[in-house]
Amino acid sequence: MALKTEEMVLNMGPQHPSTHGVLRLELVLDGELIENVIPHIGYLHRCFEKHCEAMTYPQVIPYTDRMDYLASMYNEFGYVVAMERLMNIEVPERVQYIRVIMGEFQRIASHLVALGTYGADIGAFTPFLFCFRDREKILNLFEITCGARLLYNYMWIGGVSHDLHADFIRLANEFIKEFRPNLKELNDLLTFNQIFIDRTANVGILPAETAINYGITGPNLRASGVKWDLRRDDPYSIYDKFDFEIPIGKGEKGTTGDCWDRYYMRVREMEESLKIIEQALDQIPEGDVSSAIPKRVKPPVGQIYARVENPRGELGYFIISDGSLNPYRIKVRAPSFVNLEVLGELCKGHLVADVVAILGSIDIVLGEIDR
Amino acid sequence: MKTSEEIFNILKEKFGEAIGELVSDKPAESVIVVSPMEIDKICLFLRDEKDLEFNSLMNLSGVDDANGEKVKDENGNEILKGGTLSVYYHLESISLKHKVTLKVSTDRENPEVASVEEIWRTADWHEREAFDMYGIKFLNHHNLIRILMPYDWEAGYPLRKDYQNPEFYKGMKVPY
Repeated sequence: MALKTEEMVLNMGPQHPSTHGVLRLELVLDGELIENVIPHIGYLHRCFEKHCEAMTYPQVIPYTDRMDYLASMYNEFGYVVAMERLMNIEVPERVQYIRVIMGEFQRIASHLVALGTYGADIGAFTPFLFCFRDREKILNLFEITCGARLLYNYMWIGGVSHDLHADFIRLANEFIKEFRPNLKELNDLLTFNQIFIDRTANVGILPAETAINYGITGPNLRASGVKWDLRRDDPYSIYDKFDFEIPIGKGEKGTTGDCWDRYYMRVREMEESLKIIEQALDQIPEGDVSSAIPKRVKPPVGQIYARVENPRGELGYFIISDGSLNPYRIKVRAPSFVNLEVLGELCKGHLVADVVAILGSIDIVLGEIDR
Repeated sequence: MKTSEEIFNILKEKFGEAIGELVSDKPAESVIVVSPMEIDKICLFLRDEKDLEFNSLMNLSGVDDANGEKVKDENGNEILKGGTLSVYYHLESISLKHKVTLKVSTDRENPEVASVEEIWRTADWHEREAFDMYGIKFLNHHNLIRILMPYDWEAGYPLRKDYQNPEFYKGMKVPY
């Protein structure tokens, strides 16, 4: 006699340590197996786009900081690139170098949080402390540059708010020298740890075709074996001047596009970011950082979609100007918003315990999803 | 790799009437205006045609054109009547590395646009967001519900230019 069974619906979150913010997942379960995952978002919605319409263009910058609060520098970067294209502003070379240096430091800091919390999600607590120790040093560098540790309001349309501190280049070089061995330490401790590999390899496999159709970008797309990086494929700022590689997932420990690949992609990217920073610190020219900042920001009538490679993927700003001092419309294409959509697809057929591993490997920030 | 003009000519030849004009005034990007009811067929063609291969939808964004007539409602608030709402589609081909922007405009009182969710899965949430913020109805979308606002939000669509902040939500005073 066949037993009649029913699906069980389980709520994970909104308050849950492994949802990285305020996210509710509705898990549809068949015993221990996941049939579907439905994310419910919007708990942090604070009308960013509506706010912008009441602000002048420079006043939007501090708001962009608060979207992806782990990569504030890069959010500003995307916004100023969009505005400069719309207003056709030529930015001094020193400013471009400073932006790249800050952007890549921010990428490392953001990836360190991603990797550290991912380890903590899975049960390895020590790497979390190691990662935060190193991130702290980057935040110190930001602090001597602009006085803030998390929300900077540093990049302005046409320039940056402060020039580099006299000690910055020395301290940055010292950090790079210290950080390289630490990265190896992280690899020994977590990346190539057999327990960690068992937990993440062959879990949550994302094939390249599916990834593109779902609009996945950034490390998650590259982990699926697609060589696509906006720094190389749709260059902005001065990224075409630097020599760096774009790592892609090869399925070394399991299948291409599994959780381990997504994790390891971020480790590799930190190494590449270090290379970029080293070159930039070496070549940075002298100059004035505020000469191109316009007194009145009044872009011509028109619309523009500009995008940058944020630590989480493609961060796009769609700006419509009606020729006044306030933006008519700003839409943000947030990488985490798009990346989270694929979660249901990834979790199907896995165990409940794997949801945490898969969600952590996508690396989302709810501040940016809900805006 | 193709420019917006070339893509516009290909589309014009294939779809004729459904393709409007090509708007290109620098520094703004070129936009191809198309019919809201044909957008799904046009997108399918753009995705599957051999020399176009638009396999990625970068962004989908609703916009309130606010070109209607301003009238006062019964409470004395200014609202917009008539005019249009628009949706912008930013497409990209990862293999061929070209981009194109499409735009559809629809009636503000009864905004209906064909859904492209079946063509790019990523459109699902983007369209839900446009519905949530502007009330644009995407026909044939499998689950068109609010996404960022509460599911039972009754005060309208926040990003419309004539949106009025509600005083109460479910009997609770909304603080500002």
